[in-house]
Amino acid sequence: MAAELHVALVAADREVWSGQATLVVARTTSGDIGVMPGHQPLLGVLESGPVTIRTSEGGTVVVAVHGGFISFADNKLSLLAEVAELADEIDVQRAERELERAKAEGDAAAERRADVRLRTVSAR
Amino acid sequence: MGAQLRVYKRRIRSVTATKKITKAMEMIAASRVVKAQRKVAASTPYATELTRAVTAVGTGSNTKHPLTTQAETVTRSAVLLLTSDRGLAGAFNSNAIKAAEQLTARLESEGKQVDTYIVGRRGVAHYNFRERKIADQWTGFTDEPSYADAKKVAAPLIEAIEKDTADGGVDELHIVYTEFVSMMTQQALDARLLPLSLDEVAEEKPTGEILPLYDFEPSAEDVLDALLPRYVESRIYNALLQSAASKHAATRRAMKSATDNAGELINTLSRLANAARQAEITQEISEIVGGSAALADATAGSDK
Repeated sequence: MAAELHVALVAADREVWSGQATLVVARTTSGDIGVMPGHQPLLGVLESGPVTIRTSEGGTVVVAVHGGFISFADNKLSLLAEVAELADEIDVQRAERELERAKAEGDAAAERRADVRLRTVSAR
Repeated sequence: MGAQLRVYKRRIRSVTATKKITKAMEMIAASRVVKAQRKVAASTPYATELTRAVTAVGTGSNTKHPLTTQAETVTRSAVLLLTSDRGLAGAFNSNAIKAAEQLTARLESEGKQVDTYIVGRRGVAHYNFRERKIADQWTGFTDEPSYADAKKVAAPLIEAIEKDTADGGVDELHIVYTEFVSMMTQQALDARLLPLSLDEVAEEKPTGEILPLYDFEPSAEDVLDALLPRYVESRIYNALLQSAASKHAATRRAMKSATDNAGELINTLSRLANAARQAEITQEISEIVGGSAALADATAGSDK
Protein backbone atom coordinates (compact mmCIF):
# COMPACT_ATOMS: atom_id res chain seq x y z
CA MET A 1 0.00 0.00 0.00
CA ALA A 2 1.29 3.37 -0.95
CA ALA A 3 1.83 5.80 1.88
CA GLU A 4 -1.15 8.07 2.38
CA LEU A 5 -2.00 11.08 4.37
CA HIS A 6 -5.38 12.07 5.63
CA VAL A 7 -6.53 15.47 4.44
CA ALA A 8 -9.27 17.53 6.03
CA LEU A 9 -10.09 20.77 4.29
CA VAL A 10 -12.36 22.83 6.47
CA ALA A 11 -13.88 26.22 5.86
CA ALA A 12 -15.25 28.34 8.68
CA ASP A 13 -18.79 27.09 8.22
CA ARG A 14 -18.42 23.61 6.75
CA GLU A 15 -16.09 20.76 5.94
CA VAL A 16 -15.30 21.16 2.26
CA TRP A 17 -13.39 17.99 1.52
CA SER A 18 -11.78 15.16 3.40
CA GLY A 19 -10.12 11.96 2.34
CA GLN A 20 -6.86 10.17 1.66
CA ALA A 21 -4.21 11.76 -0.49
CA THR A 22 -0.65 11.16 -1.60
CA LEU A 23 0.41 14.74 -2.25
CA VAL A 24 -0.86 18.17 -1.34
CA VAL A 25 0.54 21.31 -2.92
CA ALA A 26 -0.31 24.67 -1.40
CA ARG A 27 1.13 28.15 -1.46
CA THR A 28 2.29 29.59 1.85
CA THR A 29 3.45 33.15 2.37
CA SER A 30 7.01 32.02 1.82
CA GLY A 31 6.40 29.99 -1.31
CA ASP A 32 4.84 26.83 -2.66
CA ILE A 33 5.04 23.79 -0.47
CA GLY A 34 4.35 20.18 -1.29
CA VAL A 35 3.44 17.81 1.51
CA MET A 36 3.80 14.08 1.15
CA PRO A 37 3.22 11.36 3.72
CA GLY A 38 5.84 11.41 6.46
CA HIS A 39 6.52 15.15 6.17
CA GLN A 40 7.79 16.80 9.29
CA PRO A 41 5.17 18.56 11.45
CA LEU A 42 4.37 21.85 9.83
CA LEU A 43 2.24 24.88 10.53
CA GLY A 44 2.09 27.58 7.90
CA VAL A 45 0.11 30.57 6.72
CA LEU A 46 -1.54 30.13 3.33
CA GLU A 47 -1.71 32.68 0.57
CA SER A 48 -4.91 32.97 -1.41
CA GLY A 49 -4.60 30.58 -4.28
CA PRO A 50 -5.39 27.15 -5.60
CA VAL A 51 -4.50 24.12 -3.49
CA THR A 52 -3.95 20.87 -5.34
CA ILE A 53 -4.69 17.56 -3.66
CA ARG A 54 -3.61 14.35 -5.39
CA THR A 55 -5.96 11.72 -4.01
CA SER A 56 -5.08 8.09 -3.36
CA GLU A 57 -7.39 6.96 -6.17
CA GLY A 58 -5.26 8.91 -8.61
CA GLY A 59 -7.65 11.80 -9.02
CA THR A 60 -6.89 15.45 -8.44
CA VAL A 61 -8.91 17.83 -6.34
CA VAL A 62 -8.30 21.52 -6.83
CA VAL A 63 -9.64 23.99 -4.31
CA ALA A 64 -9.63 27.76 -4.25
CA VAL A 65 -8.54 28.87 -0.79
CA HIS A 66 -8.90 32.46 0.32
CA GLY A 67 -6.49 32.87 3.21
CA GLY A 68 -5.96 30.27 5.87
CA PHE A 69 -3.53 27.83 7.41
CA ILE A 70 -1.94 24.53 6.69
CA SER A 71 -1.05 22.22 9.51
CA PHE A 72 0.46 18.79 9.26
CA ALA A 73 1.27 16.25 11.97
CA ASP A 74 1.06 12.45 12.30
CA ASN A 75 0.17 12.03 8.65
CA LYS A 76 -2.88 14.21 9.18
CA LEU A 77 -3.06 17.35 7.16
CA SER A 78 -5.57 20.06 7.89
CA LEU A 79 -6.21 22.97 5.64
CA LEU A 80 -8.08 25.72 7.42
CA ALA A 81 -9.63 28.36 5.27
CA GLU A 82 -12.08 31.12 5.96
CA VAL A 83 -13.53 30.52 2.53
CA ALA A 84 -12.77 27.53 0.35
CA GLU A 85 -14.42 26.41 -2.86
CA LEU A 86 -13.93 23.23 -4.82
CA ALA A 87 -13.09 23.83 -8.48
CA ASP A 88 -16.37 22.14 -9.46
CA GLU A 89 -18.34 24.58 -7.36
CA ILE A 90 -16.90 27.63 -9.07
CA ASP A 91 -19.07 29.38 -11.61
CA VAL A 92 -16.55 30.41 -14.28
CA GLN A 93 -18.75 32.97 -15.97
CA ARG A 94 -19.60 34.59 -12.71
CA ALA A 95 -15.94 34.73 -11.68
CA GLU A 96 -15.04 36.31 -15.03
CA ARG A 97 -17.78 38.89 -14.67
CA GLU A 98 -16.60 39.55 -11.15
CA LEU A 99 -13.04 40.02 -12.37
CA GLU A 100 -14.16 42.55 -14.99
CA ARG A 101 -16.19 44.45 -12.46
CA ALA A 102 -13.43 44.42 -9.86
CA LYS A 103 -10.89 45.67 -12.38
CA ALA A 104 -13.21 48.45 -13.46
CA GLU A 105 -13.88 49.52 -9.91
CA GLY A 106 -10.33 49.00 -8.72
CA ASP A 107 -11.47 46.67 -5.95
CA ALA A 108 -8.20 44.83 -5.28
CA ALA A 109 -9.64 42.27 -2.84
CA ALA A 110 -12.48 41.26 -5.15
CA GLU A 111 -10.10 41.14 -8.10
CA ARG A 112 -7.79 38.80 -6.21
CA ARG A 113 -10.68 36.56 -5.20
CA ALA A 114 -11.98 36.28 -8.75
CA ASP A 115 -8.46 35.70 -10.03
CA VAL A 116 -7.91 32.87 -7.54
CA ARG A 117 -11.17 31.25 -8.65
CA LEU A 118 -10.22 31.41 -12.32
CA ARG A 119 -6.74 30.06 -11.68
CA THR A 120 -8.27 27.22 -9.68
CA VAL A 121 -10.56 26.26 -12.52
CA SER A 122 -7.75 26.37 -15.09
CA ALA A 123 -5.51 24.25 -12.83
CA ARG A 124 -8.07 21.47 -12.76
CA MET B 1 -78.42 35.79 20.37
CA GLY B 2 -77.86 37.49 23.67
CA ALA B 3 -75.29 40.21 24.07
CA GLN B 4 -73.28 38.21 26.60
CA LEU B 5 -73.08 35.21 24.31
CA ARG B 6 -72.00 37.36 21.38
CA VAL B 7 -69.11 38.80 23.40
CA TYR B 8 -67.90 35.33 24.34
CA LYS B 9 -68.14 34.09 20.75
CA ARG B 10 -66.11 37.06 19.54
CA ARG B 11 -63.39 36.49 22.12
CA ILE B 12 -63.18 32.80 21.25
CA ARG B 13 -62.72 33.69 17.59
CA SER B 14 -59.94 36.16 18.36
CA VAL B 15 -58.10 33.78 20.71
CA THR B 16 -58.36 30.99 18.13
CA ALA B 17 -56.73 33.23 15.54
CA THR B 18 -53.94 34.11 17.98
CA LYS B 19 -53.45 30.46 18.78
CA LYS B 20 -53.01 29.66 15.11
CA ILE B 21 -50.31 32.32 14.83
CA THR B 22 -48.40 31.21 17.92
CA LYS B 23 -48.64 27.58 16.80
CA ALA B 24 -47.14 28.51 13.43
CA MET B 25 -44.37 30.51 15.11
CA GLU B 26 -43.62 27.60 17.38
CA MET B 27 -43.23 25.27 14.42
CA ILE B 28 -41.05 27.72 12.49
CA ALA B 29 -38.82 28.21 15.53
CA ALA B 30 -38.56 24.45 16.02
CA SER B 31 -37.31 23.94 12.47
CA ARG B 32 -34.91 26.87 12.83
CA VAL B 33 -33.38 25.46 16.02
CA VAL B 34 -32.48 22.31 14.13
CA LYS B 35 -30.95 24.37 11.33
CA ALA B 36 -29.01 26.53 13.77
CA GLN B 37 -27.78 23.47 15.64
CA ARG B 38 -26.59 22.01 12.37
CA LYS B 39 -24.66 25.22 11.70
CA VAL B 40 -23.03 25.03 15.11
CA ALA B 41 -22.01 21.46 14.34
CA ALA B 42 -20.72 22.42 10.88
CA SER B 43 -18.49 25.12 12.35
CA THR B 44 -16.98 22.77 14.91
CA PRO B 45 -14.26 21.14 12.73
CA TYR B 46 -12.81 24.57 11.88
CA ALA B 47 -12.89 25.70 15.51
CA THR B 48 -11.27 22.46 16.69
CA GLU B 49 -8.50 22.63 14.12
CA LEU B 50 -7.90 26.28 14.90
CA THR B 51 -7.71 25.61 18.63
CA ARG B 52 -5.24 22.85 17.90
CA ALA B 53 -3.10 25.15 15.82
CA VAL B 54 -3.16 27.94 18.43
CA THR B 55 -2.21 25.44 21.11
CA ALA B 56 0.61 24.17 18.93
CA VAL B 57 2.08 27.65 18.49
CA GLY B 58 1.48 28.51 22.13
CA THR B 59 3.24 25.45 23.46
CA GLY B 60 5.84 25.24 20.71
CA SER B 61 7.25 28.74 21.07
CA ASN B 62 7.52 31.58 23.54
CA THR B 63 6.10 34.15 21.21
CA LYS B 64 4.53 37.29 22.62
CA HIS B 65 1.61 38.93 20.93
CA PRO B 66 -0.62 41.90 21.83
CA LEU B 67 -3.62 39.58 21.86
CA THR B 68 -2.07 37.27 24.44
CA THR B 69 -0.30 39.69 26.75
CA GLN B 70 -2.11 40.80 29.84
CA ALA B 71 -1.89 44.55 30.45
CA GLU B 72 -0.41 45.38 33.84
CA THR B 73 -3.22 47.70 34.78
CA VAL B 74 -6.49 47.28 32.97
CA THR B 75 -8.12 50.68 32.56
CA ARG B 76 -10.70 49.96 29.90
CA SER B 77 -12.53 46.81 28.92
CA ALA B 78 -14.87 46.06 26.08
CA VAL B 79 -18.04 44.07 26.57
CA LEU B 80 -19.61 42.45 23.53
CA LEU B 81 -23.27 41.66 24.13
CA LEU B 82 -25.10 39.29 21.81
CA THR B 83 -28.87 39.70 21.69
CA SER B 84 -31.42 39.03 18.99
CA ASP B 85 -33.11 41.33 16.49
CA ARG B 86 -36.58 40.16 17.31
CA GLY B 87 -38.40 39.54 20.53
CA LEU B 88 -41.13 37.01 21.36
CA ALA B 89 -38.48 34.78 22.86
CA GLY B 90 -39.42 34.77 26.50
CA ALA B 91 -36.64 35.95 28.79
CA PHE B 92 -33.92 35.34 26.21
CA ASN B 93 -32.90 38.95 25.63
CA SER B 94 -33.49 40.18 29.15
CA ASN B 95 -31.32 37.38 30.52
CA ALA B 96 -28.47 38.27 28.19
CA ILE B 97 -28.83 41.98 28.98
CA LYS B 98 -28.96 41.26 32.70
CA ALA B 99 -25.78 39.19 32.46
CA ALA B 100 -24.08 42.04 30.59
CA GLU B 101 -25.21 44.56 33.20
CA GLN B 102 -23.91 42.43 36.02
CA LEU B 103 -20.58 42.07 34.24
CA THR B 104 -20.43 45.81 33.58
CA ALA B 105 -21.14 46.55 37.24
CA ARG B 106 -18.44 44.13 38.32
CA LEU B 107 -15.87 45.59 35.95
CA GLU B 108 -16.74 49.13 37.02
CA SER B 109 -16.40 48.20 40.67
CA GLU B 110 -12.88 47.06 39.80
CA GLY B 111 -12.24 50.58 38.56
CA LYS B 112 -12.36 49.84 34.83
CA GLN B 113 -14.06 51.84 32.15
CA VAL B 114 -16.45 49.77 30.08
CA ASP B 115 -17.10 50.13 26.35
CA THR B 116 -20.21 48.28 25.25
CA TYR B 117 -20.51 46.67 21.82
CA ILE B 118 -23.90 45.24 20.95
CA VAL B 119 -25.18 42.78 18.39
CA GLY B 120 -28.95 42.63 17.87
CA ARG B 121 -31.70 45.24 17.80
CA ARG B 122 -33.18 44.29 21.17
CA GLY B 123 -29.97 45.05 23.01
CA VAL B 124 -29.43 48.26 21.08
CA ALA B 125 -32.99 49.40 21.85
CA HIS B 126 -32.52 48.60 25.54
CA TYR B 127 -29.36 50.69 25.77
CA ASN B 128 -30.68 53.53 23.64
CA PHE B 129 -33.83 53.79 25.72
CA ARG B 130 -31.70 54.23 28.84
CA GLU B 131 -29.45 56.63 26.95
CA ARG B 132 -26.34 54.61 27.60
CA LYS B 133 -23.37 54.86 25.32
CA ILE B 134 -22.82 52.11 22.77
CA ALA B 135 -19.33 51.93 21.28
CA ASP B 136 -20.47 50.01 18.21
CA GLN B 137 -23.51 48.04 17.13
CA TRP B 138 -24.52 45.51 14.51
CA THR B 139 -28.02 44.40 13.61
CA GLY B 140 -29.85 42.40 10.98
CA PHE B 141 -28.14 39.02 10.97
CA THR B 142 -28.81 37.47 14.37
CA ASP B 143 -31.25 34.84 13.08
CA GLU B 144 -28.73 33.32 10.72
CA PRO B 145 -25.26 34.70 11.28
CA SER B 146 -22.64 34.00 8.62
CA TYR B 147 -18.89 33.92 9.04
CA ALA B 148 -18.64 37.26 7.24
CA ASP B 149 -20.85 38.75 9.97
CA ALA B 150 -18.53 37.39 12.64
CA LYS B 151 -15.58 38.98 10.83
CA LYS B 152 -17.43 42.28 10.69
CA VAL B 153 -18.00 42.17 14.44
CA ALA B 154 -14.49 40.99 15.27
CA ALA B 155 -12.59 43.55 13.18
CA PRO B 156 -13.19 46.71 15.28
CA LEU B 157 -12.78 44.71 18.50
CA ILE B 158 -9.38 43.38 17.48
CA GLU B 159 -8.42 46.85 16.33
CA ALA B 160 -9.48 48.32 19.68
CA ILE B 161 -7.47 45.80 21.62
CA GLU B 162 -4.34 46.38 19.54
CA LYS B 163 -4.56 50.14 20.06
CA ASP B 164 -2.86 51.74 23.04
CA THR B 165 -5.13 52.38 25.98
CA ALA B 166 -4.19 56.04 25.92
CA ASP B 167 -5.53 56.37 22.35
CA GLY B 168 -8.87 54.90 23.27
CA GLY B 169 -7.96 51.24 22.92
CA VAL B 170 -9.15 48.57 25.31
CA ASP B 171 -7.16 46.14 27.43
CA GLU B 172 -9.53 43.24 27.58
CA LEU B 173 -12.57 41.91 25.81
CA HIS B 174 -15.47 40.12 27.42
CA ILE B 175 -18.28 38.48 25.54
CA VAL B 176 -21.79 37.91 26.85
CA TYR B 177 -23.83 35.37 24.93
CA THR B 178 -26.42 32.69 25.48
CA GLU B 179 -25.02 29.21 25.53
CA PHE B 180 -27.14 26.54 23.90
CA VAL B 181 -27.07 23.69 26.40
CA SER B 182 -30.09 21.79 25.12
CA MET B 183 -33.53 22.36 23.63
CA MET B 184 -34.84 23.15 27.09
CA THR B 185 -31.85 24.89 28.66
CA GLN B 186 -30.07 27.99 27.44
CA GLN B 187 -27.82 29.94 29.69
CA ALA B 188 -26.63 33.52 29.44
CA LEU B 189 -22.98 33.66 30.39
CA ASP B 190 -19.96 35.90 30.12
CA ALA B 191 -16.46 34.91 29.16
CA ARG B 192 -13.21 36.75 28.77
CA LEU B 193 -12.12 36.40 25.17
CA LEU B 194 -9.01 38.58 25.19
CA PRO B 195 -6.26 38.71 26.22
CA LEU B 196 -6.13 35.10 25.33
CA SER B 197 -4.35 32.88 27.73
CA LEU B 198 -2.73 30.08 25.81
CA ASP B 199 -2.84 27.81 28.85
CA GLU B 200 -6.62 28.03 28.89
CA VAL B 201 -6.77 27.23 25.21
CA ALA B 202 -4.55 24.23 25.85
CA GLU B 203 -6.86 23.06 28.62
CA GLU B 204 -9.83 23.12 26.28
CA LYS B 205 -8.37 20.19 24.42
CA PRO B 206 -10.00 17.09 25.88
CA THR B 207 -7.37 14.46 25.19
CA GLY B 208 -3.96 14.77 26.73
CA GLU B 209 -2.27 14.19 23.42
CA ILE B 210 1.26 15.44 23.06
CA LEU B 211 1.67 17.89 20.24
CA PRO B 212 4.64 17.42 17.96
CA LEU B 213 7.27 20.08 17.43
CA TYR B 214 6.07 22.02 14.45
CA ASP B 215 8.03 23.64 11.72
CA PHE B 216 6.63 27.13 11.33
CA GLU B 217 6.25 28.62 7.93
CA PRO B 218 7.35 31.44 7.64
CA SER B 219 7.96 31.91 11.41
CA ALA B 220 6.20 31.32 14.70
CA GLU B 221 5.50 35.05 15.13
CA ASP B 222 3.96 35.39 11.69
CA VAL B 223 1.86 32.29 12.16
CA LEU B 224 0.59 33.55 15.50
CA ASP B 225 -0.06 36.96 13.98
CA ALA B 226 -2.31 35.43 11.36
CA LEU B 227 -3.77 32.79 13.64
CA LEU B 228 -5.01 34.78 16.63
CA PRO B 229 -7.41 37.13 14.83
CA ARG B 230 -8.90 34.10 13.09
CA TYR B 231 -9.23 32.38 16.43
CA VAL B 232 -11.08 35.35 17.89
CA GLU B 233 -13.32 35.49 14.82
CA SER B 234 -14.12 31.83 15.10
CA ARG B 235 -14.96 32.20 18.80
CA ILE B 236 -17.26 35.12 18.04
CA TYR B 237 -18.80 33.15 15.17
CA ASN B 238 -19.45 30.24 17.49
CA ALA B 239 -21.02 32.55 20.09
CA LEU B 240 -23.24 34.10 17.40
CA LEU B 241 -24.39 30.68 16.24
CA GLN B 242 -25.09 29.51 19.77
CA SER B 243 -27.00 32.70 20.48
CA ALA B 244 -29.08 32.18 17.36
CA ALA B 245 -29.85 28.57 18.29
CA SER B 246 -30.73 29.64 21.85
CA LYS B 247 -32.98 32.39 20.57
CA HIS B 248 -34.91 30.00 18.37
CA ALA B 249 -35.22 27.49 21.20
CA ALA B 250 -36.46 30.25 23.54
CA THR B 251 -38.96 31.39 20.91
CA ARG B 252 -40.18 27.84 20.48
CA ARG B 253 -40.71 27.46 24.20
CA ALA B 254 -42.40 30.84 24.59
CA MET B 255 -44.70 30.16 21.65
CA LYS B 256 -45.51 26.69 22.93
CA SER B 257 -46.68 28.05 26.26
CA ALA B 258 -48.57 30.82 24.45
CA THR B 259 -50.33 28.17 22.36
CA ASP B 260 -51.11 26.13 25.48
CA ASN B 261 -52.47 29.18 27.26
CA ALA B 262 -54.60 30.09 24.27
CA GLY B 263 -56.04 26.56 24.25
CA GLU B 264 -56.87 26.82 27.91
CA LEU B 265 -58.46 30.23 27.41
CA ILE B 266 -60.58 28.88 24.58
CA ASN B 267 -61.78 26.05 26.83
CA THR B 268 -62.75 28.43 29.62
CA LEU B 269 -64.48 30.80 27.23
CA SER B 270 -66.46 28.01 25.55
CA ARG B 271 -67.68 26.87 28.98
CA LEU B 272 -68.74 30.42 29.80
CA ALA B 273 -70.41 30.75 26.41
CA ASN B 274 -72.27 27.46 26.93
CA ALA B 275 -73.43 28.61 30.35
CA ALA B 276 -74.59 31.92 28.87
CA ARG B 277 -76.48 30.13 26.09
CA GLN B 278 -78.07 27.77 28.60
CA ALA B 279 -79.09 30.67 30.83
CA GLU B 280 -80.64 32.38 27.83
CA ILE B 281 -82.65 29.26 26.92
CA THR B 282 -83.78 28.77 30.51
CA GLN B 283 -84.91 32.35 30.63
CA GLU B 284 -86.80 32.06 27.36
CA ILE B 285 -88.56 28.86 28.53
CA SER B 286 -89.55 30.41 31.82
CA GLU B 287 -90.82 33.46 29.94
CA ILE B 288 -92.92 31.26 27.64
CA VAL B 289 -94.20 29.15 30.51
CA GLY B 290 -94.96 32.24 32.55
CA GLY B 291 -96.72 33.89 29.60
CA SER B 292 -98.86 30.88 28.76
CA ALA B 293 -99.76 30.36 32.43
CA ALA B 294 -100.91 33.98 32.64
CA LEU B 295 -102.95 33.53 29.41
CA ALA B 296 -104.48 30.29 30.71
CA ASP B 297 -105.44 31.98 33.98
CA ALA B 298 -107.07 34.86 32.10
CA THR B 299 -109.19 32.63 29.80
CA ALA B 300 -110.16 30.33 32.72
CA GLY B 301 -111.48 33.43 34.56
CA SER B 302 -113.66 34.65 31.63
CA ASP B 303 -115.23 31.21 31.09
CA LYS B 304 -116.84 31.15 34.50
